[in-house]
Amino acid sequence: MTEEEVLPIETEDIDKDTEKGSKTAIQTIDLSVYFDERIAIDNINLKVKKNTITAIIGPSGCGKSTFIRSLNLMHEMTPKARVFGEILIQNENISNFNSVDIRKRVGMVFQKPNPFPTMSIYDNVISGLRLNGISKKSVLDEIVEKNLRYASLWEEVKDRLKLPALSLSGGQQQRLCIARTIAVNPEIILMDEPTSALDPISTAKIEELMYNFKNHYTIVVVTHNMQQAARVSDQTAFFYLGKLIEFSKTRRMFTNPKVKLTEEYVTGKFG
Amino acid sequence: MTESSILKNPSNLKRRKITNSVMIGLCALAGVLTILPLLYIFLYTTRSGISSLNLDFFTQLPKPVGEEGGGMANAIVGSLILIGIGALIGIPVGILSGIYISEYSKNFIATIVRFTTDILSGVPSIVIGIFAYGVVVIPMQRFSALAGGFALGILMIPTITKVTEEMLKLVPQSLREASLALGVSRWKTTLRIVLTTASSGIITGILLAIARAAGETAPLLFTAFGNSFWQTSIDEPMAALPLQIFAYAISPYEDWHRQAWAGAFVLIFLVFIVNLLVRYVTRNKLNS
Repeated sequence: MTEEEVLPIETEDIDKDTEKGSKTAIQTIDLSVYFDERIAIDNINLKVKKNTITAIIGPSGCGKSTFIRSLNLMHEMTPKARVFGEILIQNENISNFNSVDIRKRVGMVFQKPNPFPTMSIYDNVISGLRLNGISKKSVLDEIVEKNLRYASLWEEVKDRLKLPALSLSGGQQQRLCIARTIAVNPEIILMDEPTSALDPISTAKIEELMYNFKNHYTIVVVTHNMQQAARVSDQTAFFYLGKLIEFSKTRRMFTNPKVKLTEEYVTGKFG
Repeated sequence: MTESSILKNPSNLKRRKITNSVMIGLCALAGVLTILPLLYIFLYTTRSGISSLNLDFFTQLPKPVGEEGGGMANAIVGSLILIGIGALIGIPVGILSGIYISEYSKNFIATIVRFTTDILSGVPSIVIGIFAYGVVVIPMQRFSALAGGFALGILMIPTITKVTEEMLKLVPQSLREASLALGVSRWKTTLRIVLTTASSGIITGILLAIARAAGETAPLLFTAFGNSFWQTSIDEPMAALPLQIFAYAISPYEDWHRQAWAGAFVLIFLVFIVNLLVRYVTRNKLNS
């Protein structure tokens, strides 16, 4: 594949929508991330509308995870990661804030469920609040119930809130992690392949959650599963070798992509 | 060897099965050999010690040479105080330096700390005693419990640092990220998530360090020095069980030998009790 074939970046219909007045939740301007000298993502310009679900697809190693980890400054955990360009959250440049404040606004759900093993189900839900100093019992009880309900886990665990979080099944643990994430009341939720370690039924539950969350949050989800991208997302970004190849409405992406490479990927010709 | 050679050559399979059984047998044997000395020490000390134990042992001071009876009350209390001082120095320093080299280990200083800790854990305890003599006893112009506790504290540091580092490394990175992603600061993540998750392993390390320090005689010889009288102020020479056991064991008196056995038994028991107590206090309420 030559340079010319990779270059056209298709984002116009999304940009049009954004201009029509819907608010931008996330915008990246010339965002590049390097690990040491190796470039992981290269000059990404992307606008994500508020209250939408954006799927990020692409073959392994194309920079999907790197991209969303840079959105909540999680790349700071990776030694030798360097970031260039700008990231705007609700039109505010995140370089003006410290990472702790950004992460309160931009939550993250990880690939493998990672509840805190030393805590009960109850404590896991409120861990973000408690670690940030909120500890009034009456408030917390309410928050636990509310967020477990949002994560549609309440009915399954309401009688055993004090049991260790690890006593739950994998799918339940992941919904617990979602409850924990929304309990700190973020504006944006990043999901890094949230269902790739789960069975189909748990996956369906989480996809349903994502769909319901749209009214409250802006979601960016990395997925290896193209059917999942097609099912849940409003728009899809296709990454390849660290570059954004195409970004458009999901329906169009999967029926009539503009770039040949995208078509080849979504039809399973490679990746 | 390829798969087909196994199928074609059943004797090979038989040989491997025998090798397997022999090796498992050897492992089991080694396992038994590890338990035996401990069991023997424990039973022998108990047998010889318990018969010499009485209430006097816990309540009386050592009697002068020639008088029968007496006890080690001052040495028992002295040992507890010395271990306490040692723990006050060794546990915080050990845990904090362990955190430093595990969580912030990407720099040169951490490498030096790690290397130094390894060296320190190999320094003979008597040398640490001499060190404590140099930095505490000489400036204070006298032997003291403080100097003894200081020596024991130094002795505990490498064990606790090493264990803390190892245990923190076992905490999956994903838990740190989970906490950070909730907008929790780095130090709170380390303290409330990482350290808590690793706590049972770290506590085991601390107990090991305490158990080792409790039995140390050499570093106390010219720091705490020993004392035949009731003494609880930490800037005076203080009695300690290992010192007392040593003094009594090398004496020519039958009665003192018996008391040395009793002392050894009490020392083992003391470590055991501290062990249980710490585990009870720090148990994870979730798992109980």
